[in-house]
Amino acid sequence: MGTGSREENASKQKDEPSVVVIKDNNALVIHALDDAASRLGLHIGQPLANARAMCPDLRVFDADVVADAKTLSDIADWCDRFTPLVALDPPHGLFLDITGCAHLFGGEAALLQTLVRALARQGFAVSAAIAGTSVCARTLTRQATGTIVADGEEAEAISSFPVSALGAGEAVTTGLRRAGLKTIGDVASRTPSEITARFGARFSTLLAHALGQGDAPINPRKPLPDYIVEKRFAEPIATDTMIAMTLSRLADTLIASMEKQGKGARRLEAAFFRTDGVVRAIMVETGRPVTRSAVIDRLFRERLDALADPLDPGFGFDMVRLSASRTEIVVQEQRDLDAHVHDNDELAALIDRIAARIGGKRVVVHLPQDTHIPESAVLAAPAQHHLTAAMQAEWPVRTESEPPLRPLRLFDKPEPIKVPFATVPDGPPHQFTWRRALHAVVRVEGPERIAMEWWRQDGKQLTRDYFRIEDAEGLRFWIFRDGLYEGEVFDGDGKPASPGWYVHGLFA
Amino acid sequence: MSGARTSALATLRSQIERIETAEVVHQHERVALGHGEADSALKGGLARAAVHEVFCEGRQGAAATGFVIGLAGRVSARRPLLWVRQDFSEIETGALSMSGLSELGLDPRRVVMVRAADVESALRTSADALACDALGAVVLELWGEIRQFDLVASRKLTLAAQGSGVTGLLLRMAAQPLPSTAETRWMLRAAHSPPGPMWSAWGAPRFDAELLRNRHGPCGRWIMEWNCDECQFSEPSTYSQPVAAAPTHRSDPAVPWQRRTA
Repeated sequence: MGTGSREENASKQKDEPSVVVIKDNNALVIHALDDAASRLGLHIGQPLANARAMCPDLRVFDADVVADAKTLSDIADWCDRFTPLVALDPPHGLFLDITGCAHLFGGEAALLQTLVRALARQGFAVSAAIAGTSVCARTLTRQATGTIVADGEEAEAISSFPVSALGAGEAVTTGLRRAGLKTIGDVASRTPSEITARFGARFSTLLAHALGQGDAPINPRKPLPDYIVEKRFAEPIATDTMIAMTLSRLADTLIASMEKQGKGARRLEAAFFRTDGVVRAIMVETGRPVTRSAVIDRLFRERLDALADPLDPGFGFDMVRLSASRTEIVVQEQRDLDAHVHDNDELAALIDRIAARIGGKRVVVHLPQDTHIPESAVLAAPAQHHLTAAMQAEWPVRTESEPPLRPLRLFDKPEPIKVPFATVPDGPPHQFTWRRALHAVVRVEGPERIAMEWWRQDGKQLTRDYFRIEDAEGLRFWIFRDGLYEGEVFDGDGKPASPGWYVHGLFA
Repeated sequence: MSGARTSALATLRSQIERIETAEVVHQHERVALGHGEADSALKGGLARAAVHEVFCEGRQGAAATGFVIGLAGRVSARRPLLWVRQDFSEIETGALSMSGLSELGLDPRRVVMVRAADVESALRTSADALACDALGAVVLELWGEIRQFDLVASRKLTLAAQGSGVTGLLLRMAAQPLPSTAETRWMLRAAHSPPGPMWSAWGAPRFDAELLRNRHGPCGRWIMEWNCDECQFSEPSTYSQPVAAAPTHRSDPAVPWQRRTA
């Protein structure tokens, strides 16, 4: 099961031979060529200088490897409509595992025809073949495109091909030719041990796979979703109402099939296949397994509403697919007796909706961390995944009948302040300038000394002395001196310098 | 008047009555703040299922935040609190610190924070959240003058709050009050600690709260103190630290001493 698709440079003048060149070892060599060029006897890997000598009016284009990879990946997206298991075979090939999918398209031959025709219509030169092993199918695409080989007939089908069709690399192919083994059948007639001894284990494995003895697993681009439902349209749909209606119908079907196995979805993906081959996938994640189609419907509506680049139907979508890629077994709880459980569910549903709209990372709950350093004492974690953990977290108990010891608003990065002088070397300032305003200190409490974590890699920071300060207006600050007076802060010459002061937070 | 017209009028009257009562169905629920004068001006306390606005100048942001947290602590009654804030306000006045929140006597486990990138998504999120009756309160924190927050947006929030019974609290920093459908509107400033020597500790958080607008009662201006242990507001205390109570079963030791010197 494999297709090899090759992008050709669309040349306006069909008669003029054109090639794409790439720099290899400081020489320009041919990377790809069109039919006219290959009829002239040019071949891939040939230096451009030689090619020019053979054909002076050659049209030359620079290769863009990144764009090629992008195109291949786009084609792979498009191929998702045939099977969820699509693997890249760089630089030009794709593997499609169509096990169990062919009957949906009227059999293997019909599928192959549909695929090749659709791609050819978009301007690609395609060679495709179907076989029992991926390596065999790839070999077939190089020599006999459009072939379908039944299981067990691989060796027969490819034995007459030249060894270069295996794609084993320049050195091995030349070596085989020099040894007098011209076709794959010749190579297969030798014992595997001879081949391994001369050309290495890798080549003999490749040969075995090509002959249908065992198979190398393909590496699909996306994990296989647990559930897939899809709808195809003879007439492409483009209006929002139709899209919404299709999604909610698909959601009903998806929920019905998950319900049979007692599952709920945590991650859902809707893929919109445009008629011109562009595929747009939209992902929605939930904190708890979803078991109601109305919820799925609403989440996608929120998501589609809030898209920065809205869904562009172009000439319409000819297929919409809804898949659940992460599912969990749903435990049915008795809800009615405990209002608290119900509340938590409502909250989780609200968080899912907000996350679908503005992104999961923007809705957070807070988890206490075991550290004294104020800025890292609290970790903000996505609420969808950590809601239960946050609800059960153990926060440090506050001291009764004490005023607040930690500020209500904390600056992410402490802001430097200007302190003219301090009365005593280790003492607090009498006044300071913060954001161009002078604050006279009326009340002081402190210092509270917080030493940095020297046992950590990044713990080589200065000890901080924190003061709680109230100014003449009644504003309350949490300021600190970065470093002890003697022995921690040095200037460029290694002499003791005066440490800096910072505002780290504001009290209510 | 014909019978048909009378019955038509009666139907219309009953419809109007239904619309009016639907609006005030949650209005009876009021939560006492704990500060006597403020509670009497508010006719018993802060109304649930309504939107309240708290304004402040730019540098008074922390005080206003403390006041909003106090209000949220009073009205939310152990239910989750959703805090929606704009990215910009975090740069200006710092991020809301959960350690600081727990020092004020609230439970950080019940706080869910939404970091909205812009005003539109913040407004939309809070209107959505106000309609969810599992929440105790929704706080919307906005910085600066905001064009998008007009009478329509304000009305949307109020309607959502009335429908679900959730209280909406708007923290508007560095903004001037504009017409809105809020139930109450406050202007917040930080208040001084009670006088004392420089090195003495401050007491509980104190707010100079001015009630600028009150739909169902008079306005006023009070010094309010937040009691972190009991999680309610109170009248300002004279001393910043708790003072030992005078013994009731013994005579005041200062009195005989004064008599001796006299």
